[in-house]
Amino acid sequence: MAGPKYPGFDTLALHAGQSPDATFGARAVPIYATTSYVFRDSEHAASLFNMERAGHVYSRISNPTVAVLEERMAALEGGVGAIATASGQAALHLAVATILDAGHHIVASNSLYGGSHNLLGYTLRRFGIETTFVNPREPQNFKRAIRPNTRLVFGETLGNPGLDVLDIPAVAQIAHEAGVPLLVDATFTTPWLMKPFEHGADLLYHSATKFLGGHGVAIGGVLVDSGRFDWEASGKFPQLTAPYEGFHGMDFEEESGTRAFLLRARREGLRDFGACMAPMTAFHILQGIETLHLRMPRHVESTRKVVTFLDRHEMVESVAYPELASHPDHALAQRLLPRGCGAVFSFSMKGGREAGKQFIESLRVFSHLANVGDAKSLVIHPASTTHYRMSDEDLSKAGITAGTVRLSIGLEEAEDLLEDLDRALAAAQRGMKGA
Amino acid sequence: MEFTVDGRKVFAYTAAHALDAAKPTIVFAHGAGLDHSWFGLQSRYFGYHGYNVLAVDLPGHGRSERAPLATIEALADWVLRLLDAAKIERASLVGHSMGALTALECAARRPARVERIAFLGVAFPMRVSPAFLDAARNNEQAAYDMETIWGHAPQVPLGGNPNPGMWMYGDTLARLARLRPGVLYADLKACNDYAAGLESAAKVRCPALFVLGRRDRMTPPMGAQALAAAIHGARTVLLAPSGHSLMAEAPDATLDALIGFFREAVGA
Repeated sequence: MAGPKYPGFDTLALHAGQSPDATFGARAVPIYATTSYVFRDSEHAASLFNMERAGHVYSRISNPTVAVLEERMAALEGGVGAIATASGQAALHLAVATILDAGHHIVASNSLYGGSHNLLGYTLRRFGIETTFVNPREPQNFKRAIRPNTRLVFGETLGNPGLDVLDIPAVAQIAHEAGVPLLVDATFTTPWLMKPFEHGADLLYHSATKFLGGHGVAIGGVLVDSGRFDWEASGKFPQLTAPYEGFHGMDFEEESGTRAFLLRARREGLRDFGACMAPMTAFHILQGIETLHLRMPRHVESTRKVVTFLDRHEMVESVAYPELASHPDHALAQRLLPRGCGAVFSFSMKGGREAGKQFIESLRVFSHLANVGDAKSLVIHPASTTHYRMSDEDLSKAGITAGTVRLSIGLEEAEDLLEDLDRALAAAQRGMKGA
Repeated sequence: MEFTVDGRKVFAYTAAHALDAAKPTIVFAHGAGLDHSWFGLQSRYFGYHGYNVLAVDLPGHGRSERAPLATIEALADWVLRLLDAAKIERASLVGHSMGALTALECAARRPARVERIAFLGVAFPMRVSPAFLDAARNNEQAAYDMETIWGHAPQVPLGGNPNPGMWMYGDTLARLARLRPGVLYADLKACNDYAAGLESAAKVRCPALFVLGRRDRMTPPMGAQALAAAIHGARTVLLAPSGHSLMAEAPDATLDALIGFFREAVGA
């Protein structure tokens, strides 16, 4: 017999996390723009501080508007809970700082967003946490890099810039055999395209700035815990399984079981690092999530049209999109991403840096900027912007050519996007011939 | 804190306090498929307000070793042996669902050892549907889904967890995912088979409180009426918005009901 039914994704995207406002009956999520909350009496205050009662004390730790976003994302991802942060980078830092100490080690995919690479490769190293970067295309690379002091395995569901598909089931198994969790950056896929916990990931985060918001008006992040990783059984995480002097001798796992990670992340991480999300930001992100299930199919549909167009264009050397049979992860994408491979991808143009610049400057609908996942279509030419100081040789090491262009396909009329690209490619081609 | 019962290592949460013979003791007994942390907020409160707390992991659950016990009577005897191991002669009991039946049976078997008893989310008989039992027997995901969905009020999945940022369904599913095969079935069968409820209720001599969720789909409030009527002087608190998972769905109201009940004992 089939079990009783859970609410569907679309329903959760609109409702999860919010009970209609009890005081005024507001249907939309109210914006609780308050730093703090009045205690009923002294005993109530003491109980809140000592975690004997649920509730809010100070908005750096929790806020009712932010809590709606957190619960909604936990529901959409199938996690026990979530913590919203000031940015996606703050979410990654919070995950790492909650369970790793100086002297620990991370094994990470080398196919990462540049900001994540900076944090792991340079900044965390200053604090005694080392990272080994591996090619994610071969899961055994993760296994070979694991050391006795490894405490985290990390990758992106769809990696930068070549859209490497992380083999989450295989990498999760490797991580679990080593007694450590797998954390994934699920920004490019969103829970509509893939639910990493169903494939074995233990922790995930999003840059909510991207598709979750979709409007490009707010910076934010969300860290979600599956609650499935058994910290006690692993034996490698005294941060969660031994009394912690920094929180009155609390043993987080003993105290809360499946909620141990989030308990420490909130009560220590938000308390001490303070990278919390503002309630207005949570409201903005929630407005986006309420239409995520409508936007993502359109993003994917238009992306497929653009990919097909570019793949056949004479000015295009190659297109890196896992739905193409030419992509090395095509089969894996069919298995893990049947709904589509997102709306951010790169292609390589003929003609090098100059052609790339000419192309970018000829676009009218695509916006030239450093972001992805907006409702508006976006473009950037790494060789002339984010990576402009690099030689062609160094670009190659980063998986980029002088002609690489990254697109983020928005929600405009697809025909208008194709026309814009066609015109700009023609302009680049004319520039090449004239040179 | 670890204890040894029947030669096996068992665990009870004590809110990071050593047991103090001068303090009154409250034992918290969880429901089917769960563990001590289901009482997290409530047990922590009492542990920091003058009580010894023993929030137990029943055998086969959480950190307690051995296979789950097959009957409510066996669970009750085990709780009494745990009190022996902890060198506690008398204690109050707070039980939820299966744990409530266990507490009832403790009070009936050894009334002199039970000071007060609070039943949370209880019914008698505690019938479990054949479909639920079958799914649990076969360790099917459907059993965990039933436990999760029927274990909360209908409005729960659409939000408003009093505990900021947590999703109750996800939390329950994650707990059930950690269960060893067969544990949920053993628990549900013990509840379903328990037949001595009214007879045992008549033997209860201590003050009793029923805390029930008006939207409880597993143990609807009506199902506790006969039990409450059989215990002299028993009182009932109905929590309007809550389903079966009272401690998570209505943590403050549940705690307030318990505080009021236990303060009576000290005349506060």
